[in-house]
Amino acid sequence: MTSDGVLTLDGPAPDVAPEPAPLLSVRDLRTHFRTERGLYRAVDGVSFDVRPGRTLGIVGESGCGKSVTSLSIMGLVPEPPGIRAGGEILFEGEDLLKKSRAEMEAIRGDRIAMIFQEPMTSLNPVYRVGDQIVEGLRRHRALGAGAARERAVEMLRLVRIPSPETRVDAYPHEMSGGMRQRVMIAMALACDPRLLIADEPTTALDVTIQAQILDLMGDLQRRLGTAIVLITHDLGVIAETADEVVVMYAGQVVERADVRTLFADAQHPYTLGLLASIPRLDESRSRLQTIEGAVPAPNAMPKGCRFSPRCPLADSRCLREEPPLRDLGPGHQARCWYAPIEEIRA
Amino acid sequence: MASHILSRLALSIPVLFGVLLLGFGLLKLVPGDPAMVVAGPMAPPEVVARIRTEMGLDKPVAVQFGLYLVRVLQGDLGYSMISNTRVASELADAIGPTLELMLACLVWSIPLGIGLGTIAAAHRGRALDRIVIAISVLGVSTPIFFIGLLLMQWIGYRWELLPFLGRAGPLWTLEGLRHIALPALSLGLVFIGPVARMTRTAALEVFNADHVRTARAKGLKERTVILRHVLRNALIPVVTLIGLQAGYLLGGAVVTETIYSWPGVGRLAVGAILANDMPLAQGAILVLAVSFILINLVVDMLYAGLDPRVQRR
Ligand SMILES: Nc1ncnc2c1ncn2[C@@H]1O[C@H](COP(=O)(O)OP(=O)(O)OP(=O)(O)O)[C@@H](O)[C@H]1O
Ligand SMILES: [Mg+2]
Repeated sequence: MTSDGVLTLDGPAPDVAPEPAPLLSVRDLRTHFRTERGLYRAVDGVSFDVRPGRTLGIVGESGCGKSVTSLSIMGLVPEPPGIRAGGEILFEGEDLLKKSRAEMEAIRGDRIAMIFQEPMTSLNPVYRVGDQIVEGLRRHRALGAGAARERAVEMLRLVRIPSPETRVDAYPHEMSGGMRQRVMIAMALACDPRLLIADEPTTALDVTIQAQILDLMGDLQRRLGTAIVLITHDLGVIAETADEVVVMYAGQVVERADVRTLFADAQHPYTLGLLASIPRLDESRSRLQTIEGAVPAPNAMPKGCRFSPRCPLADSRCLREEPPLRDLGPGHQARCWYAPIEEIRA
Repeated sequence: MASHILSRLALSIPVLFGVLLLGFGLLKLVPGDPAMVVAGPMAPPEVVARIRTEMGLDKPVAVQFGLYLVRVLQGDLGYSMISNTRVASELADAIGPTLELMLACLVWSIPLGIGLGTIAAAHRGRALDRIVIAISVLGVSTPIFFIGLLLMQWIGYRWELLPFLGRAGPLWTLEGLRHIALPALSLGLVFIGPVARMTRTAALEVFNADHVRTARAKGLKERTVILRHVLRNALIPVVTLIGLQAGYLLGGAVVTETIYSWPGVGRLAVGAILANDMPLAQGAILVLAVSFILINLVVDMLYAGLDPRVQRR
């Protein structure tokens, strides 16, 4: 299981330009929760790399550990009940898991920033949005009140909020969800972070606003060179924004590939199930086709492959032995005994 | 903001009317004939009857209430039956000490209660939290007269550390401060419990709010997160809840003033009721009710000041 990280570091395929060194390298991360109903292995041996200026998409069903992974990177997992059960989070070469609370506070909002799923509630209702941006700015930069305010206005303009000079004094309740998410993005990017973690940034917004926000993030990434970890359960969003994709299931990475490979040549039955559940315009189905069954409870993981109870291909070996993450090609790995699978997409 | 307060003021008019009616009615139920009290035990029946007519006590109750209303609106609360002084001036003398006592109680108990509640919430489930909960349960469940008598007995009487009878002067004199210490301590002690408990509950809720996670994600220090984002937001419900405790506070003040012979409105009310001094009792109750309304008005203003979502309606 610890083998997964090592594989990506192997020599690149000959026809690919050498990748820049990763900005963030998550190695065998384990974040558990001690709860009344036993130990929850919410994140259980997750590894991935994020390269400077690139977007890594993390996709998976609800409860598979996407948010816990991102909160672990930010050092925002509540402890207790959270436990750092192992692994490394190398950011610019330093292990964030070994940092003290004060050191993490200095990194958060400065070099790593995060935006959340709930734009309606993620801003403090009692402060003006400008002041909330200024607060983060002045925490990390030696700026006077005037300069910080100017920078806040500039950030609001950057995220395309109309008349930013007046909106800077608005309260969150005077803005729509889409506008608030723009404010969150402005706040996150105010200190020019190297890495932006976006945990389902558009899930709570309606479709047109979703597209605008994703568009904005892509545009800002090109301009500012920010690396992005984009978490979603929507493969459509992944297709549009990600360079590389990690598919998570029950606290583990089950498949990892660049975005083209993932859509053209997915190798894990779970990924294939997710792909099949994307609604398509040429189909008149009213309900989404979803994968049968439910995610196993985090304190009652199946013994062998965690996906085996729901997998159409599962045999006795899958129920017995947990498959490792296996190398299938340049930068492509899947956690399945059957990979590479041919012709099962019926 | 201004219209918000005006509408609140308008709302308090029917409340005030109800209070007048209630105070008037309650005192009608009190046994004893006020005319006899005024006339004295030896007075012949003709005198009592004359006094009764003079006081309007022979008229129908509705008329009596109407007359009472008119007089109150003119600022005329009648004359005390015992001392024969104007009720309005007796009350005017008593309001100052009562305000003093409230101030001396709130000025330390509210910040301390809020502080304890915040500390408890920040240490949720750990020893400090348990201690604060224990203190507040003790405070909530101990009657104020008991605390008052206990403090009086030990600090005042046995150890002779502080005076415990009456008022010796304004707050800015040393003797004034020494005299108010015990009453303010008793009244404050019963108030800390509820304030701490409300703050803890409110803060715990805010701790889990998404915007607090955002504040942490900005890299703010935990202290800043607690003070600027948790406590600041928790104050909104706490202020409202403190307003709801205004009656509790006033009731406590009545008891405290009585125990420590503090010359305030509460003691005046109790004394007047015991002596069957109807005009004085009515006046004192009216003042207490108006203070209740005023406290809630102040709370409303604070609330509007704390929550921008209210201001902009
Ligand atoms: N504070 C916590 N205490 C106990 N368990 C937790 C806690 N936070 C998360 N978990 C558990 O960790 C698991 C993963 O949760 P996580 O929030 O990472 O899922 P997710 O992939 O982000 O799902 P979603 O798509 O719904 O956001 C869940 O089973 C959840 O119950
Ligand atoms: Mg999540």
